Amino acid sequence: MTAASLLHPLLALVLAPLLPGIANRVKARVAGRTGAPLLQTYYDLARLLRRGAVYSRTTTWVFRAGPTLSLAAVLVALLIVPLGRWKAPLAFDGDFVLFAYLLALARFFTVSAALDTGSAFEGMGASREVQFSALAEPALLVGMGAVAAGTGGLSLSAMLAGPSATAWSATGPALALVAAALAAVFLCENARIPFDDPNTHLELTMIHEVMVLDHGGPDLAFVEYAASLKLWVLGAVVVGVLLPSFGASDVLDALAAAAALPVLAAGTGLVESVTSRLRLVRVPQVLAGAGALSLLAWLLVRR
Amino acid sequence: MTALFLAALAVLAAGALAAPLSGSHAPRVGAGAAVAGGALGLGAAAGVLCGLPAAPLNVSWNVPYGSFSLGIDALSAVFLVPVFLLPAVAAVYGTGYMRHARHSPGAHWFFYDLLVAGMAMVAAARNGILFLVAWEIMSLASFFLVATDDTDEHVRRAGWTYLVATHLGTAFLVAMFMLLSRGSGSMDFDRLAVPASGAAAVFLCAVAGFGTKAGFMPLHVWLPEAHPAAPSHVSAVMSGVMVKTGLYGLLRMLTLLPAPPAWWGGLLLAVGAGAVPAVLLALAQRDLKRLLAYSSVENVAVAALGVGTGLLGRATGHPAVAALGFAAALLHIVNHSLFKGTLFLAAGSVLHATGTREIERLGGLLKTMPATGAAFLVGAVAASGLPPLNGFPAELLLYVAAYRGAASGSPAALATIVALVLVGGIASAAFAKAFGTAFLGAGRTPCVQDARDPAPAMRLSTTVLAVLCIASGLLAPALLPLLAPAVSVLLPEGGPGGTDSVQAAAGTLASVTLASLVLAVAAGALALLRAKLLEGREVREAVIWDCGYAAPTARMQYTGTSFARPLTMLFRAILPMRGRSRRPTGLFPSPSSVATEPSDLARERLFQPLFERFSLAVAPVRRLQGGRVQVYVLYVAATLVALLVFRLGAP
Repeated sequence: MTAASLLHPLLALVLAPLLPGIANRVKARVAGRTGAPLLQTYYDLARLLRRGAVYSRTTTWVFRAGPTLSLAAVLVALLIVPLGRWKAPLAFDGDFVLFAYLLALARFFTVSAALDTGSAFEGMGASREVQFSALAEPALLVGMGAVAAGTGGLSLSAMLAGPSATAWSATGPALALVAAALAAVFLCENARIPFDDPNTHLELTMIHEVMVLDHGGPDLAFVEYAASLKLWVLGAVVVGVLLPSFGASDVLDALAAAAALPVLAAGTGLVESVTSRLRLVRVPQVLAGAGALSLLAWLLVRR
Repeated sequence: MTALFLAALAVLAAGALAAPLSGSHAPRVGAGAAVAGGALGLGAAAGVLCGLPAAPLNVSWNVPYGSFSLGIDALSAVFLVPVFLLPAVAAVYGTGYMRHARHSPGAHWFFYDLLVAGMAMVAAARNGILFLVAWEIMSLASFFLVATDDTDEHVRRAGWTYLVATHLGTAFLVAMFMLLSRGSGSMDFDRLAVPASGAAAVFLCAVAGFGTKAGFMPLHVWLPEAHPAAPSHVSAVMSGVMVKTGLYGLLRMLTLLPAPPAWWGGLLLAVGAGAVPAVLLALAQRDLKRLLAYSSVENVAVAALGVGTGLLGRATGHPAVAALGFAAALLHIVNHSLFKGTLFLAAGSVLHATGTREIERLGGLLKTMPATGAAFLVGAVAASGLPPLNGFPAELLLYVAAYRGAASGSPAALATIVALVLVGGIASAAFAKAFGTAFLGAGRTPCVQDARDPAPAMRLSTTVLAVLCIASGLLAPALLPLLAPAVSVLLPEGGPGGTDSVQAAAGTLASVTLASLVLAVAAGALALLRAKLLEGREVREAVIWDCGYAAPTARMQYTGTSFARPLTMLFRAILPMRGRSRRPTGLFPSPSSVATEPSDLARERLFQPLFERFSLAVAPVRRLQGGRVQVYVLYVAATLVALLVFRLGAP
């Protein structure tokens, strides 16, 4: 672990709440509105952290501990993701499995907290969340298998260091397929359109939002912050697969990757502007399609 | 170490014999023997794992082909750890659980100690006849334990199903040992000579025979019937340990057979892919203990994935991958016994306190049974294979092995990855459902009102197992090297490649432990921050937000079945749900209802038709046994006359 490896987590901790701001701003602009300030998520977090809390009478310590444990899990997941050729603080063979499972752990606690409220709405959201994630995970981990086969590494820090421009031309099609699959996973796991709508106003149609409906105050701040970080870490994985290394210097590569993240967030805003939300029964098909793309990528790499 | 092991067996045997004679002290005598024998046996197993020698024991025995040969190598020792540990803890639980049993406790503890001794003998036997005797002791003792509550018709039926299944399995094992001893005429394991041509038949018999005990799909059908029917501490022992004797038997046979061809590994990977339907069936269950039983089928299948990876790696000349596969299988076998024990004991406490195993009737138990709920949560996270608990390390090793294989282009390895991911996602849905429906939210029926945490003995043993789940998760990097000698037994031609890969895997697990510690520190710091922030601010309790509806009832909660429905519907091709519904009709609707039941295809499409055909086919033969004594006397007379004629006719 070097000093440079700590730079990415620090950068993410500070800048992650910017990403949802960018996505929402792009969405607003495309719709012809001015939109909320770019820093809106920061304002929300500051406001929530100053508040008290209201808890449902049915809840137990699981509901109160849920956001804390979820945020902690996402924080550890952040320590596994590299940025450009800045290696992650925690890198070992198979670390991306730990990465995926830490996100699953965060989800387990979110789902448990939702079920703890005893509300039908939150139960419904939790039920959809586990269904979609059970289908998104294969796309992610099979896609990682293709990247591992293509790069010869088994650790995110080696796999996402960015292929050289020549390697990209060789494995490009496979990488593009993986990136497409990962983009679907990225949108689904972060509760974006076309899988889920972060701004919907009807509890019945929500997935992620309805699960955290009853959290308030610092707990909700933890939930929102964890969501921003999740956007960042999954975004960093997508960017890491796609973006070739320029090879000039580690700092330049890392800066390029860091600059690509706001672009990805803006792209998310564009996707949200031009697509409508999928019917719930179509979501599994799209996720299975993403899994098929990953599989195809593995076949291409393997040849 | 052999002496220590024999002492453990002697203590267990003495406990078994003394329990029926000691009247009302039977629980203390029986459980005491299980604990004392367990401690001695654990000492022996730990000694062997740490490298102390265990001299093989060979006493002649006047049974044809039989000899009383015992030996404890590293492979036996790995299996002896759960065999001695879990029953000892569960026995303490049993003293509280069986307090209000209808039967005299003597018989129960007789069979309990006998079951433990039988399992230990299975793991140490080095002679075919001795192995089969130990196998039968184990199977029959567990049959009587399953049938403890014999006034219940379901329990009786579960018992019969189990008895039939286990003996069909044993039939394959008898055939297997006969094939094995054909060459040398001896049943001693070290003198078995298997001709290469017969190895495939032996292997298939082993998969069928041991697979029945281990619950390989589709031979698992007895397991979800028998395990829930037994008293909960026995369920824990059966699900956590006894099914593993099937895996042990299979692995032991593999050490006796010549080097495996690739299709053996492929077959076991196919068996391991059964983890997906198994975990789907677990997700669909409404009976808490059935859910856990199906989860055991899933976990055994995950271990089979490890064994399959090992065999395939061995056959294709990848010792590093093979060693990881075997190490993952062994690690998972030990860890599964701990978390499944925790879950069954906690489920037993729920059953004890509420009188029901039906998840949909429970709810909100975490408030009234905090200790049981916390233990169940630990077990649930572990059973979902999530870090930082002990379900994760083995899965990670298996993933790494599979990714190594997939990177070198093996489709089987990629299929393993797909199976593992699907199992992981669905398992965490299943356990979120089990924990969320039973322990969180509001109580759904009056049966949860008076639920309390159980007696100290039961609470203590559940907590001990939960703590062991956490400890073995964090200490995995230290435990893995202890498995290396057992991996070498399974991978004789592995050389340094295999050992190195296990050592490297220990390094991987050390990183996971580091991440777990960071997770704990981060969670602690965030909790402190949260407490600090909320200090002095208004923290209120209010009614839940239900779209503005201010009088929600417990019946309005999402049920476990509806929680699982999106996934069960998605996989309805392999998991059909049987349902009956009475729709509301008319302008003033009459009462309506809906009932759904997950159906197990292996049971309904495979074994039920098979057994029905079979009983039709043998119906004519049954006329011989019509129940008339006169006819039976005639049979005896006819047999005597026939023998007389035969004898006279002989020169």
